[in-house]
Amino acid sequence: MVDRAGPLAADTAHAQAAFKRDVDRVFLRFVAGFLAFVLLLAGLEQMGLPRHWVGSIFLLATMGLYATIGILSRTHDAVEYYVAGRRVPAIYNGMATGADWMSAASFIGLGGTLYITGYGGLAFIMGWTGGYCLVALFLAPYLRKFGQFTVPDFLGERYGGNLPRLVGIGAAILCSFTYVVAQISGVGLITSHLTGVQFELGIFLGLGGILVCSFLGGMRAVTWTQVAQYVILIVAYLVPVVWLSVKQTGIPVPQLVYGYQLQKVTALEGQLQEDPAERAVRAVFQQRSDDLARKLADPATALAAERVAAKLRLDRLKAVGGSGSAADVAAAEKALSALPADVETAREIWVRAKAAADTKSLALNGMAPHAQAFSGDPSGSAAAQDSYDIARRNFLALIFCLMVGTAALPHILMRYYTVPSVREARASVSWSLLFIFLLYFTAPALAVLVKFEIFTLVVGTPFDQLPEWITSWSKVDPSLLSVTDVNKDGILQLNEMSISGDIVVLAMPEIGGMPYVVSGLVAAGGLAAALSTADGLLLTVANALSHDLYYKMIDPNASTARRVALSKMLLLVVALAASYVASQRPADILFLVSAAFSFAGAAFFPALVLGIFWRRATGVAASLGMVAGLCTTAFYMVTTQPWLRGIFGVTAPVQLWWDIQPISAGLFGVPVGFAVIVLVSLVTRRPEPRIDQLVTFIRYPGDRGD
Amino acid sequence: MGVTSRQRSYWRKNQRVIAGLLAIWFVITFVVSYFARELSFNFFGWPFSFWMGAQGALLVYGAIIWWYARYMDKLDAQYEMQVDDD
Repeated sequence: MVDRAGPLAADTAHAQAAFKRDVDRVFLRFVAGFLAFVLLLAGLEQMGLPRHWVGSIFLLATMGLYATIGILSRTHDAVEYYVAGRRVPAIYNGMATGADWMSAASFIGLGGTLYITGYGGLAFIMGWTGGYCLVALFLAPYLRKFGQFTVPDFLGERYGGNLPRLVGIGAAILCSFTYVVAQISGVGLITSHLTGVQFELGIFLGLGGILVCSFLGGMRAVTWTQVAQYVILIVAYLVPVVWLSVKQTGIPVPQLVYGYQLQKVTALEGQLQEDPAERAVRAVFQQRSDDLARKLADPATALAAERVAAKLRLDRLKAVGGSGSAADVAAAEKALSALPADVETAREIWVRAKAAADTKSLALNGMAPHAQAFSGDPSGSAAAQDSYDIARRNFLALIFCLMVGTAALPHILMRYYTVPSVREARASVSWSLLFIFLLYFTAPALAVLVKFEIFTLVVGTPFDQLPEWITSWSKVDPSLLSVTDVNKDGILQLNEMSISGDIVVLAMPEIGGMPYVVSGLVAAGGLAAALSTADGLLLTVANALSHDLYYKMIDPNASTARRVALSKMLLLVVALAASYVASQRPADILFLVSAAFSFAGAAFFPALVLGIFWRRATGVAASLGMVAGLCTTAFYMVTTQPWLRGIFGVTAPVQLWWDIQPISAGLFGVPVGFAVIVLVSLVTRRPEPRIDQLVTFIRYPGDRGD
Repeated sequence: MGVTSRQRSYWRKNQRVIAGLLAIWFVITFVVSYFARELSFNFFGWPFSFWMGAQGALLVYGAIIWWYARYMDKLDAQYEMQVDDD
C-alpha cells in the first residue's frame, strides 16, 4: 500500500496549498476570459456577423481550448496519467466530477424529458443526485483509502485472484462503452447542427477533440479540461433560462420563482383540455386512429382497396376534361407510388401510424398535466387505478436504478482516486453535488418556462405568422419538429405540433427570442457536456484494458512507460470503435444510457459495498454475484426492450415482471447480485487473513496497513 | 494485525451514522414519492411533491453528504485517525 505520511506531511500540505493558489489564479482568469469571449461574440453579432460564423467560432474556440489544455498537461508519468498526481483539490475535483457526470443526456435530454413528462421526469433529477448519497456513505472514502488506480483494481485485491478482476474489467468495459457510444452520437448531432457538416463527419471532428486531450495527458489533462468544460456548460445552461425567467417574471432567479409559472401552466392546461379547437383536432386524430384500426383488422383487403382507390383518382384526374391541374396529377401519382409494397410493410406502417394518432388524440398532445404525479387515478375506475399503481411503481423503480447506477459507474468512482486524502474524498463528494445541483435545479425550471412560452406565444398563432424557429427546425429534420394544420382553421393548436424532447434545450434560445449567440453558447455547452463525459469514459475503458488486464494479469513486469503508452494506444482503438458504432446510429440512445446505469448498478454495487462492509464476502461469491446481477439485468432487457428484442431475434411475447419497464432492469439485477454474494459467501471458505487486513486498512483513515 | 477496540468503536459509530442517514435518504426519496399524489398541497406555488422531487430532495441529499463529511472529520480527529495520506 502506498501511503507516505509522517515528516513529509507538512511539506506536502504546504506544496498542496501553493498548488491550489496557482490553480485558483488560472481558473479565475479562465472564467473572466470566457465571459469576455461570449460578450465579444454578442457584440460582433449585433454588428452583423452571420449566424453560421457565430456557431463555427464557438465550436472551434472551445475545441481549441480543450486541445490546448490537453497539450499543456501531457504526461508519461503513471500517477499523473492514471490519477492526476493525486493532488487535485476537492473543489476542482468536484467540478471535474460534475462535468464527467453531466453528459449529453443531462444537458440536452433532461430538459426535454421534463418538458414532455412533467413530474415523471423528476425521477431522473432525484436518481442522478441521490445516488451521490450512496457514493459518499458507502464508497468514495474507502476507495480513496485503498489508493490504487481503478475499480477492477479494488475487486482484484479485495477478492483475491484474477477472476473477480476479470469480471470487473468485463463489466466496466460493457457499461462504459455503451455509455460512450451515446455521448459520441451526441457530439455528432451538435457539431452537425452547429456547423452544418454531416453527422458522420461531426462525430469524427468531436473525436479529434476528445483524443487530443485524453490521449496526451490522461487523467491529468482530462481533469483540467473537465474543469473548463464544467464552466462552459453551466454558463450555457443558466444564461437562457435566466433570460426566459426575466422575460416572464422579471426575476432573474428561475429556480425560486418557477412554482408560480407552474401554476399558470396548470391553469393553461385546463383551458387547452376544454378548448373547442383543440377538441376538433383531437377528434380528427381519433378518426384517423379508428380508420387505421379498421384497416389493421384486415390489412390485405384494405391495402388492395387503397391501391384501387388511388388509381381511380389518378385516372379521373388524368382523363380528358378532368378537373386536375398538373400539380394535382403529380400529387396523385406520388400518393399511388407511396403506398406500401406488401401487406407486412403496410401492417408495420399502420401500427406505427395508429400509435402516433392515438397519442395525438389525447388531451395536451399526450403529455401528462405537468404538475400531476403519476398518470391514472387512485380513486377512479379499475383501469385508472391500475395505471396509477403501475406509473408509481415504475417511477420508484427508475429512481432506484439510477441511484444505484450512479454509485457504481466506474468513471465516476475513479474520480475519487484523484484527490489527496480520504478527508478530501468526502469533501469532494459535497463539491460534486453542489456543482451538479446547479444544473439539476435549473432543468425543471427550464421545462416549465419553455412550456409557458409555447402555450402562450406559439399555440393559437395563425400559421402564416409562426415564429421563424419553427420553420428552421422542421427543415433540419421533420422528426424533430413538425406542424400541420389538421383541422384547417389556419391557427396552430397544441396537438398540431410535434416536438421532440431532444431539441427543447437546443432550440430554447430561439423559442425565447434570444440573439443567436445564446444558441451558439448552448450548443457549445452541450458539446462540452458530451465531450467531458466521453473523455472520462474512454479513459476508464482504456485503463481497464492496459492497467487491469495487461499490467495486473498478463505482464506484471511491464515498465510504467510501456503501460502508459499501451493505454494511449488502446484509447485510440476504443475511441475509433465507439465512433464507428455511433456512426451506425444505434436505434435508441436514451436506452443505451439507462442500460449503462442498470448494468453498472447490478455488476458493481453489491460487490463493492459488501467488499468494504462485510469481511466475510468471498472472491468466488463476488464473481458469481457480479455475473448473476449482470445476467439478470441483461436477460430482462433483452426479452422486454423492443430494440434489443429485434437485435437478438426474441419473438416470445413480452413478459414484464410486475409491469416494470425494461429501462429499470437493474431493479432485479441488484438484489440478485446481493443475494448471490451473501449466500455463496456463507458456503465458501472465509477469506484469508491478508484480505481481512486489507479491509481493516480501507476502513480506518489513519491505518497504515503494515 | 488485529482490529483494536478503538478501531472497533470508531467503525460502530460510523455504521450507526450511515444507517441513520440512509434512513433519511430512503424516506425522502421513496416514501415521499410514494405518497406524491396525496402530498400535492401548495408550497410557494409548487405542489409540495413536485417541489420535493425538483429541489427539496436534492437539498436533503446535499445536507446528508455535507453533514456526514463533517461528522467523520470530527470522528477521525477524536479517534486520531487523521493522517495526511497521499
